Amino acid sequence: MNILPESSDDGAGGGITPGHYYGRGIPYLPIDGYPGKLIAIEGTDGVGRSTQIQLLREWLEVRGYGVVETGWTRSELMQPTIELAKSSNTLNKLTFVLLYATDFADRLEKEIIPALKAGFVVLSDRYIFTALARAGVRGVDRLWLRGLYGFAIAPHLVFYLKLDVETLIRRVLGARGMDFWESGMDLKHGDDIYDSFRTYQGRLLREYASMADEFHFSVLDARRSIEHIQAELQRQVGAFLEPRGDKESR
Amino acid sequence: MVEGIDGSGKTTQLGLLAKWLAAEGHRVFVTEWNSSALVKAATKTGKKKNALTPMTFSLLHATDFADRLLYKIIPPLKAGMIVLADRYAYTAFARDSVRGVDRQWVRELYSFAVRPDLALYFRVPIAVSLDRLMARRVKLKFYEAGLDLGWSPHPAESFRLFQGRVLEEYDRLVDEFGLEVIDASRSITEQQRNVRQLIASQVDVRTEDAVVAE
Repeated sequence: MNILPESSDDGAGGGITPGHYYGRGIPYLPIDGYPGKLIAIEGTDGVGRSTQIQLLREWLEVRGYGVVETGWTRSELMQPTIELAKSSNTLNKLTFVLLYATDFADRLEKEIIPALKAGFVVLSDRYIFTALARAGVRGVDRLWLRGLYGFAIAPHLVFYLKLDVETLIRRVLGARGMDFWESGMDLKHGDDIYDSFRTYQGRLLREYASMADEFHFSVLDARRSIEHIQAELQRQVGAFLEPRGDKESR
Repeated sequence: MVEGIDGSGKTTQLGLLAKWLAAEGHRVFVTEWNSSALVKAATKTGKKKNALTPMTFSLLHATDFADRLLYKIIPPLKAGMIVLADRYAYTAFARDSVRGVDRQWVRELYSFAVRPDLALYFRVPIAVSLDRLMARRVKLKFYEAGLDLGWSPHPAESFRLFQGRVLEEYDRLVDEFGLEVIDASRSITEQQRNVRQLIASQVDVRTEDAVVAE
């Protein structure tokens, strides 16, 4: 019901230039002309992101590209705080958003930007869209969110591994079960974790869908086989990195 | 709320103000900049390792502020109390801009903040604040002195350079946000009288008490 696809010309929506900041950026870190490439793989839990990234990394390295992987909430600075906040269940939606943004800023400055400067292909397991989706579901103002993440770099490619709720539930249950936050239990849709998971993930999927055009997602069907998805990733990444069909490694 | 660089005497003034308001029968709640338990751990780790960049410094303080706003500032306001904030979003506007963070971005970042009913800015020359700090403490703190910016390896000189730029930013804010300027180089009593007169226009007090005994 609150999934109105608002236009956001003041935020990231306007003119997105891959490899540049979405919005106001970081004035003391000009990134123009960096040789590296940033590729983000987005999608909810259970879509097989890490498997795909592993395979893609292997493929890129065989072809002679230096690869750096980065993830969501893995920064040295913030990991303990975020874990603490999650376990003590004290996060409200604003601090939730800001903690993740801090974590991302740390990784952006210390991992992503240096790697791009040094000419690596950076594979990001999730990107700001995860944060935008989670915060959007929690009712945080969309324009404010896009302004906040105006310091993020627009990836050269964003792949969105799309899954329907039914398949998603089966995969998560088959793998490791549902947890408090992934089920959106903080939103208090009820005590039943299954119902809550279903409602929450359904809303997340709608948030992602509403961002697909705005942020130029390349949407891949995550119900297809691992091999099929990987072949599609390789085709698109290959076409981007070597546009003239040059199959030689650099 | 009160603003000013370190050593401007704003905390002293806030303390005196709180005493007076309480004596007037008001219920007063005081909240300090960067004091929430949630963010303390990360700030500490970051500061210890000097690992904070201007952006993470800015975002951590915004996180702290959001946490305090929701747990410490809004509930007392709803309960009809007077909330006195030792530093507010303007501290972030001034410091983060000097550190090279985009001015407009920081302002938008804090757009969730409640606009204060009265914003007092204690303006003081660098030399005065530095004298006050030196008289009280042995060592200037790393980030307060702007040592993270590497402008000078000497704490006092770095403080002078950094806080000098912070003062310039505060001067922009005075017009932009209508801060009330208090001359913080005057005596404590004179300043407090000035403060109480300003408060009397906002809060129900017996006005004759707004005059501090000399």
